[in-house]
Amino acid sequence: MSKKFDIFDILVGNSNDSDYGNKPVIIQGITGNFGSVHTRLMREYGTNIVAGVTPNKGGQSFEGIPVFDSVKDANKNFGAKISGIFVPAPFFLSAVKDAVNSGIKLLIAIPEHVPIRDAMEALEYAQSNGARIIGPNTPGVIIPSVSKIGIMPSQPFTKGNTAVFSRSGTLMYEVSYYLSREGIGQQIALGIGGDPINGTNLIEAFELISERDEVESVVVVGEIGGDAEESLVQYIEKTGFSKPVVAYVAGRSAPKEKRMGHAGAIVYGNYGSAESKISSYAKVNIPVAKRPAEVPSLLLKLMK
Amino acid sequence: MKLLEYQGKELFAEYDIAVPKSYLARNQSELSHITDKLQFPVVLKSQLTVGGRGKAGAILKCTKMEELVPKFTELMKKEVKGELPEVILIEEAVSIDKELYFSLFLNRGKRRYSLISSAQGGMDIESVENKVIQDISITGLTQSDAESVAKKLSLEGVTAKSFSNIVIKLAKLVREKEAELAEINPLAILKDGTCLALDSKIIIDDNSLFRHPELRKYVQISELQEQAEKSGFSFVELDGNIAIIGNGAGLVMSTLDIVTDAGGKPGAFLDFGGRATTETIYKALEVISKLSKIKAILVNLFGGIVRTDLVAQAILNAYQDGMISVPIYARISGAESEKSKKMLSNSNAKLYDTVEEAISSLVQYKELSK
Repeated sequence: MSKKFDIFDILVGNSNDSDYGNKPVIIQGITGNFGSVHTRLMREYGTNIVAGVTPNKGGQSFEGIPVFDSVKDANKNFGAKISGIFVPAPFFLSAVKDAVNSGIKLLIAIPEHVPIRDAMEALEYAQSNGARIIGPNTPGVIIPSVSKIGIMPSQPFTKGNTAVFSRSGTLMYEVSYYLSREGIGQQIALGIGGDPINGTNLIEAFELISERDEVESVVVVGEIGGDAEESLVQYIEKTGFSKPVVAYVAGRSAPKEKRMGHAGAIVYGNYGSAESKISSYAKVNIPVAKRPAEVPSLLLKLMK
Repeated sequence: MKLLEYQGKELFAEYDIAVPKSYLARNQSELSHITDKLQFPVVLKSQLTVGGRGKAGAILKCTKMEELVPKFTELMKKEVKGELPEVILIEEAVSIDKELYFSLFLNRGKRRYSLISSAQGGMDIESVENKVIQDISITGLTQSDAESVAKKLSLEGVTAKSFSNIVIKLAKLVREKEAELAEINPLAILKDGTCLALDSKIIIDDNSLFRHPELRKYVQISELQEQAEKSGFSFVELDGNIAIIGNGAGLVMSTLDIVTDAGGKPGAFLDFGGRATTETIYKALEVISKLSKIKAILVNLFGGIVRTDLVAQAILNAYQDGMISVPIYARISGAESEKSKKMLSNSNAKLYDTVEEAISSLVQYKELSK
C-alpha cells in the first residue's frame, strides 16, 4: 500500500493544479492551547488552513477560520485531504476515525502520550481505509518554503534536496539547522515520532522519497529503542536504495531499561541498543555521526 | 511501568492463570504472622525490578522452618544491581516436570503483538533456540492460535489444554490491562500435567494508566519523579554528578552522549518539553536542586522560537533565591542571546554559542572530579 502513497502529491500537488502548493488543511483541536498557537504559526508559514474542529465549538471561528464540531461537518465544504491533529491523547482515536471517515488521506498526529492500544487501532483504521498517519508524537512535516503542518519552528529549515527523517523533534530541528548552515537545504523534513509504534516508520518514509529525483540524499536521525534502524538497513540492502544516507543515533550512553523521555526510547538487553543500530548501519556503509553537528560534513563527503 | 513479580502474579490470579500458593512479607513481624501457614519446602524470592535475580542469589529455597528467618534476613539485605527489595515473596515449592517459556509482546516494527514460546524455559530468552514466534492479528489471539503453539511445542493431552488456556487468558490480560509485555518464564508443567506460572514479567503502557485506576496501586515513583512529572517533565536519575536539562528527549539524550564522550558523568536527564518559559526552566532547576550529588548543570536549549532572555531570567532567579549554587553551563541559541549573556555576566552561569563549547568548559570544572 505504501508505495503508491505520494506525500508530495497530497501536500503540494501538481504544478497544473489550481491549488498547487496551497492545499487545504483542517486542524483538529484548533481552539486548544497548542492547536491555536501553531495554527497561527503554520498560517504565517503559508499553510492553507481552511477549517478547524473542536467538538461543541462548531459555529465559532478562530482568527477568521471557521470551527466545526467534526471533520465530517467541516469537510462538506472544503474537501480537504490533510488534517493536523492537535487533540489531547485520550481523544486521539476518535479524532482519527472522524478524519478518515470524512475524506482525509494524510493525518499528521501531534499528540504525545497516546496509549499504544489506541495508536494500533487508529493505524489499522487509517490503513484499511487508504489513509496515512504520520506520528503520533511527531513534530509534523515541513516542505521548506511551501508548507508546514506541525509544531516545528521554521527558522532551521531551508529549501533544498535532502530529506530529513527523525524519531526526535528537537533533533530534527537541530540537524536541519546544521544542514542549512552548511547550505544543505531540505526537500522535506518529517518526524517519525517518539512512540513505540509509528504510522509512518523509517522504511515507509524512505519509500516516500525513493523515486523522487529532487531528493538527492537522506539524513536519518534515530535513537535508542525498538528496531526501526535495523529494519531500515535490511530494506536498504534488499532494495539497493542508492541515494547517499547519513545517520545519527541518540542515546549511546543511556542506561538500559530506562525510558529516556520518549515512550519508545528504551533498551531491553541488546534490543533497541545504540550499538545494535550503529553496527547495522556499518553493514551497509552508512556513516553515523557522533554528534548532530557532524552530520553535514559526513553528508558533504558522500556527495562529492 | 514494570510490575514486580508478585504484582504480575496478582493479575495472573485475577485472570485465572494458575500460580503457586504464596505469601508476602515486608519485615520479620509480617513474616512471623505467616510462618504457621507455610507448607515447607518454600522458595523466598526478592521482589526487584532488575533482572538476573536468580544468578545474584536473590532467590533462596528453604526446606525447613529454622532456615526461614535467616534466609529472609539475608534477602532483605541483598542488593542486586543497586536495588534493595521492599518485600519478599514466599511461595510453596511445586513439583515440576518440565519448564517452558511463553510471552506476548508489542512487536514495534510490525505494529502488532507477537508471541514467543519455547520448550526450553527458565533461561534468558535471547539465548534460547527453537523459539516459536508468531504474529497475532489485530482482532486478537484465537483458540486455534493457542492450540497451534501447543502443537509446535509437542504438548499433548491435558498439558496442551492447560497451556492453551493460559495463552488465551494471558492474551486477554494483555489486551485489557494494556501491557507492552507479558512474560511467563518459566511456565512450569507439573507432575499432573497441568501448567502453572512460576514467574511473571509484565510491563504496562504508562500512557494508558489514566484509564486503569485499578493499577494505580502498583505505581512506584520517587517524590522527585512525581514532582517532575507533575510539571510535565521527563526525568531520569543517573549515576554521575552532572545534570542535563533541555527541550526535547532526543536533544537531551544526544547531549548525554556528548558529555559522556568528553569524560563527564551525567547524573540526571531532564526534558522539559516544548515550552521554554521562565517558569518552566525555574521549575526544572528546582527539581535538579533536590539532588545533592549534582555538582554542575548543563542546559542545552534548541532555540529558534525560544527567547533566551526568559531562560537567563529563570537562571538568575534560581541563584538569587538560593535554590541552586552549582555552576550552570548553557547553550541557548535563539533571540536576544547578547542581552542574555550580559544578564548572566555576574552570576555562576555562562552562556556558550555551541553545545560543544559549553561541554568542553564543563568537563574541566574541578569539583566534578573530587
